[in-house]
Amino acid sequence: MKSGKARVLLIGYGNPGRLDDGLGPALAACIEGLSIPGVSVESDYQLTVEHAHDISNYDIAIFADADTSGREPFYFNRLAPSVTSGLGSHEVSPGEVVSLALTLFGAKTQSYILGIRGYEFNGFGERLSCLASRNLESAVDFVSNLVKEGNFEEAAEEFTDTGKACVEICVDNISLN
Amino acid sequence: MSTEKKLKRVIIEPVTRVEGHGKVSILLDEKNEVKQARLHIVEFRGFERFVKGRPYWEMPVLTQRLCGICPVSHHLAAAKAMDIIVGVDKLPPTAEKMRRLMHYGQVFQSHALHFFHLCSPDLLFGFEADPAIRNVIGVAKKFPELAVQGVMMRKYGQEVIKMTAGKKIHGTGAVPGGINKNLSLAERDILFKDVKQMMEWSLSAVKIAKDYTVEHLTELAPFGSFDSNHLSLIRKDGAMDLYHGNLRAIDAQGDKIFDQVDYSDYRDYIAEEVRSWSYMKFPFIKQLGIDNGWYRVGPLARLNTCDFIDTPEAEKARKEFMAVTSGKPNNITMASHWARMIELLHSMEKIKELLNDKDLQGKDLIARGKRRETGIGLIEAPRGTLFHHYKVNENDQVEMANLIVSTTNNNEAMNRAVQKVAKDKLSGKKITEGLLNNIEIAIRAYDPCLSCATHAMGRMPLVVEIIDHEGNLLDRKEKS
Repeated sequence: MKSGKARVLLIGYGNPGRLDDGLGPALAACIEGLSIPGVSVESDYQLTVEHAHDISNYDIAIFADADTSGREPFYFNRLAPSVTSGLGSHEVSPGEVVSLALTLFGAKTQSYILGIRGYEFNGFGERLSCLASRNLESAVDFVSNLVKEGNFEEAAEEFTDTGKACVEICVDNISLN
Repeated sequence: MSTEKKLKRVIIEPVTRVEGHGKVSILLDEKNEVKQARLHIVEFRGFERFVKGRPYWEMPVLTQRLCGICPVSHHLAAAKAMDIIVGVDKLPPTAEKMRRLMHYGQVFQSHALHFFHLCSPDLLFGFEADPAIRNVIGVAKKFPELAVQGVMMRKYGQEVIKMTAGKKIHGTGAVPGGINKNLSLAERDILFKDVKQMMEWSLSAVKIAKDYTVEHLTELAPFGSFDSNHLSLIRKDGAMDLYHGNLRAIDAQGDKIFDQVDYSDYRDYIAEEVRSWSYMKFPFIKQLGIDNGWYRVGPLARLNTCDFIDTPEAEKARKEFMAVTSGKPNNITMASHWARMIELLHSMEKIKELLNDKDLQGKDLIARGKRRETGIGLIEAPRGTLFHHYKVNENDQVEMANLIVSTTNNNEAMNRAVQKVAKDKLSGKKITEGLLNNIEIAIRAYDPCLSCATHAMGRMPLVVEIIDHEGNLLDRKEKS
């Protein structure tokens, strides 16, 4: 989609009390501070089922999370409806949110995952590591330009991380006999 | 030694659809007879150290970082402890009612999420159903109305939290000695709009849980079940009170072990045991000792300990619930889901009641008193009794913090549930996905919140390993 008028929802999630796991909320705070027209921002500790309803009201959804092993400083992947079979907890995966939005609310929201590379996760502390802070700056620049330009698909081509593409089972493979 | 050589260990890691990380290990002998089953928890270490040295007024906000799913419980328990620190024993009515509204919103959303999206796949598709359909997406596809109800109820609870705490997450509403905002009439009216729908869905949820439990009582009654003590806060007149009260503990027959104990004296009644194989402690009632003093907390325990519920629909449901065990404590682990839905209904009735209370628009928000050194705050979190205990020095810094979270209180009970199900279901049988899920279902009945573990992507594979007593890996299964 390339449209300056697309309604965009950015959800930054993670635990700011767990070091670099706070990258998602930190990005959300930065983008919210920019007050970009047409862009709404949510922040949460983790994704849960109600985010499916949230994204269903938007053309574009961007899920921003810390990543432990992806490309630096970040990657930007197109997100397909999916289910993480047998996994998960109170939280759901971004692909499950998209799947629920589609199944329950008929949403056709074009969704992307922005994985910002973090390095320190084990421990408590409300701070980002130096490297993670640097990656956050790059991600903020990227997102602010992205939502202004509206070139989501091109960006997903350019910044994709193929290693992150196939971790989930496609929802179409689920049978309900 | 020769016996140990014939044992093998099955490890399920992490437990699916519970919060954070846990690991189940089952020690089998050569005939696949269960010799030992344990739930290992590796969370919450370090947090008490992390808050040391921080100013006391930060605690209600900081401690929310413990959990992504019930931050409000930590927010309020810490705030209650800080009330004591600032010398306040009684909050202004507006402050207490705002906090209560926040808390009922929290219980409502947490219970809805658990029932509709975590436990319902097991109930709707069967304990041993293919995991490819036994999940939240499976429910959404086959039972979309139920799934939508779950989403919208969770959203409603989150809205209540947002309007009382200021934000859906990391709210700042509760402050030492009170609250920092009241509920505007505009906010009240927004919440009012959906009350009727939420009440209908809550009543329907109780019916679903009740019908399922009654219909399957023969299979459910022994599933992961055992006699136990039960503990919760209780109001002075014996009513269920999720926000405040005194401690009551009863035994499996309903006899009181202690009653109306001021929770600031909890250390005289509760102690914690450390076991080498788990970071999570094992609390127990001192007067009964380690072996007999363990107890359950949470919805099942609260239904058992209270004399009545002070909202009409939930009280009606409570009576039906207690009738199943002829008025005696219900020790059926899987009845927890029914109990949880009764609390969901109670919370919704309370939300409705509070929205009609003009005190919520009051202006007197904070009380002050004479500064104290020690503060203890307890609350009935969705998963059970939550203890926050702090010592603050003359520089206003936290010097000591001790938290006993709900899931820790249920540690022994969850271990017993694992042991019971493992012995009943796994002995002498081939280890299948469905059988392993039986273990997880028993744990899920407690809705454990094993912490806000770092959840960054790519960190949560489900690994099943079979290891012999010497640590040799015999088999390994991984789901992704």
